Amino acid sequence: MSQATFLLFLEQCLNGLQFGIMLFLITAGLTLVVGIMNFVNLAQGSLFMLGAFVAAWFASATGNYYLAVAVAVAATAIIGALVEVLALSRFYRRPHLDQVLATFGFILIFNEVVRVLWGSQGLTVVLPPELNLSIELLPGLTYPLFRFVFIVFGLAVAAFLYVLIARTRVGMLIRAGASDREMVRGLGVNIGLLFTFVFGLGAALAGLAGSLSAPIMSASVGMGEPVLILGFVVIVIGGIGSIRGAFWAALLVGFIDTLGRSYATSLISLIFGSTAASSVGPSLSGMMIYILMATVLAVCPEGLFRARAS
Amino acid sequence: MNRVENRLAGIVLVLTLAVIPAIAFAFDAIFALTFATRILILAAAAVSLNLILGYGGLLSLCHSTFLGLGAYVVGIGGYHAYNDEIAWMADGFVQLCAILVLSAGAAAIIGVISLRTRGMYFLMITLAFGQILYLAAIGAYQYGGDEGMTIFQPSTFAGFALQGRFVMYAAAAIFFCVSVLVVERLTRSRFGLVLQASRMNEARVCALGYDPMRVRLVAFIISGVMAGMAGFLLANNAEFVSPIDLHWTRSADLVIMVVLGGLGIGLGPLFGTALLLIVEELASGMSPHWPIIVGVMVLLVALFMPRGLAGLVSSEKRHD
Amino acid sequence: MTEPLLFVECLQKSFGGLSATDGVSLQVSHDSIHAIIGPNGAGKTTLLSQLFGQLRPDAGRIVFNGTDVTHASTSARVRLGMARSFQITSLCLNLSVLENVLLASQLRRGGWTGFWRRATASRDAVEHSETVLAQIGLLERRRDVVEQLSHGEQRQLEVAVALALDPLLLLLDEPLAGLGPDEATKMIALLKNLKGSVSMLLIEHDIEAVFSLADRITVLDFGRVIASGPADEIRGHPDVRKAYLGHEEEEHA
Repeated sequence: MSQATFLLFLEQCLNGLQFGIMLFLITAGLTLVVGIMNFVNLAQGSLFMLGAFVAAWFASATGNYYLAVAVAVAATAIIGALVEVLALSRFYRRPHLDQVLATFGFILIFNEVVRVLWGSQGLTVVLPPELNLSIELLPGLTYPLFRFVFIVFGLAVAAFLYVLIARTRVGMLIRAGASDREMVRGLGVNIGLLFTFVFGLGAALAGLAGSLSAPIMSASVGMGEPVLILGFVVIVIGGIGSIRGAFWAALLVGFIDTLGRSYATSLISLIFGSTAASSVGPSLSGMMIYILMATVLAVCPEGLFRARAS
Repeated sequence: MNRVENRLAGIVLVLTLAVIPAIAFAFDAIFALTFATRILILAAAAVSLNLILGYGGLLSLCHSTFLGLGAYVVGIGGYHAYNDEIAWMADGFVQLCAILVLSAGAAAIIGVISLRTRGMYFLMITLAFGQILYLAAIGAYQYGGDEGMTIFQPSTFAGFALQGRFVMYAAAAIFFCVSVLVVERLTRSRFGLVLQASRMNEARVCALGYDPMRVRLVAFIISGVMAGMAGFLLANNAEFVSPIDLHWTRSADLVIMVVLGGLGIGLGPLFGTALLLIVEELASGMSPHWPIIVGVMVLLVALFMPRGLAGLVSSEKRHD
Repeated sequence: MTEPLLFVECLQKSFGGLSATDGVSLQVSHDSIHAIIGPNGAGKTTLLSQLFGQLRPDAGRIVFNGTDVTHASTSARVRLGMARSFQITSLCLNLSVLENVLLASQLRRGGWTGFWRRATASRDAVEHSETVLAQIGLLERRRDVVEQLSHGEQRQLEVAVALALDPLLLLLDEPLAGLGPDEATKMIALLKNLKGSVSMLLIEHDIEAVFSLADRITVLDFGRVIASGPADEIRGHPDVRKAYLGHEEEEHA
């Protein structure tokens, strides 16, 4: 392999890592909500989208991207908490079917509200100049600084989450709530408040992912749903309710999806020739991750990781 | 519902369906006929979903995969018949056979993998599976890619082309009635008894020596094939096919149609589909931001009417 | 017939550090009623679940009607002639009484691979279901939805469904659970009636009922067999009185 090809491969690996970290931010909260509250939240993708739009709008209005991220995170946390308190908390004891309906209704509403507020064309974010450059990670390997910051920041958030869940009282309550709701209530804890906190936390993380992704993929209506479905793949592989599982599964899915998109066409071209590659390649690359999920499940129906409330 | 009520409902249904074209013609409202055709086709797809969702208790979010598969068989066949003069690819019998094989195969694969999982995993996995064909269609540039393609050569049955408003309406009406009849026979059969019992009390069914997974797999395959056939009509009726037919939101729409009408009610999907499509039609007339109206309605239904229209009528509680 | 219908040898099952079943051995002969008694937490239901294949033992052997079923699936055991009722009524509440029994009857009469004809039109299965219902005394209620039945009638139906599998051995988990005195009397009479046609292994707390029904009794405590033998023998067994009946006697003293 030539050095150029290898460096390109490294770059794609970094992109895969970055995508994986974004997926983790979205699914960390989602897996908790699914595991602890037994609630299928299809609207998590909408919160991701809201984060992107609020950040993009605020950044272009004030020119301060950093503040935009903070505002976006706060906004999605608040919106998430409100939606939970006012509507979604009524569905915790309902069948999953009702939850799917309710959150699907919210997807329709959110997508259209975004269209009303910001139009159908979407918004882009222009990064502040200090972030909008490339750095040289290795001789010959330049990488966009922003993506690198994304990765580092994301890992920091992951570490923070780990500390929160594993080391704090709130985290203990969350873990306990996953296995025994009654016991937690018996401890005198307001379950409703705990659930709202978990939901809000998940929303904030999704908003963070959205606001950090806006410069990379730009904010567009309906951007949340494809990501949500990938998020479900992450949860299936990582195990419901497991943040640790979500972390590794997200990285795995991020890598495979990114590398799949980059190399599927070449791989097919190698085996089946270039005409096959150009006709089938582009669509197959996006499907790689789902085909992989299907294969994994066919072999081990329990998923790759044991689900633990951690 | 006992047998007498069933027969009566069936007769009323057939009479109503027979009368609609006459009414549409009399009031010079042909668009109503086209609209009714679309309702009937989607209602038939919803009937097939009701088999696994309402009776079987399987929350599948990949039903559009089978619907869209059927539609694309018609589309691809028509494309090659029209562009490459391969006439047999637009032959209705050939297409239906292809749909039978392909949708049964797809349902078998998806079913074998996903039915081994429980609860929430099942719905997440079907949602993910639904992406596969959707992405394939988007990437199929030859067949229109993400814009879809017009079908210039409809399916033909021994020289007779499946087109024209009255023909399509008749086909849709007949297919719908057959679908309802098939599902009704299935759910009252020994197979249907075990399927429904598996939904109500899986532990009991296992303790009786059955394997619920096998029964569900068969139901899943039958339901997929029926949806594929509905897709056949869908494409011929619209003379157009696009990846939207394969999108997961179409699967969600079908779920809503089933829920609106009432889970596990034979004719429920007809009312559910009609209600949803009529609301969408009215809402889009009222405002360009009509998805908000539909979204709010869906949310309200989930909150207050989870058993659908049937739930408003009967007070029987479902113990699932 | 000298071969026991059910032969259990040194069954072992632990959950974490806790031994739920600790070297349990017992035998059930043909055409007899064998009762398992013991205080709460003794591991009775765990034992039943292992016998039926819902739990796999860590060690030991289960031989049913000459066949080693230790690692067999539940459906295999059902086909060989085992049937089980549950402590917490496990019926399909939205189906009718007949349909619940039909689910069991049709297993050996066509199975589930009938797609067109109505389940209620399978004459064989329906007749068999009605026979069983008549035996249990629920024939008049056959068209009623199970939800509408009283608790006692549901417990009876629970037994009927297991019986409709044409079993050689009925595993009954607390058939008298939650029954009032009249209903309990009915159930005991029902079980006595069944004695000639099917063997039974039953878990029960109602000691009087157990002594009037059972031929043999096994007493469990902490997952271990502390006594096993004919009913009369157990009645007077000192360890049993101490561990299980003892404190009741003190109360009446």
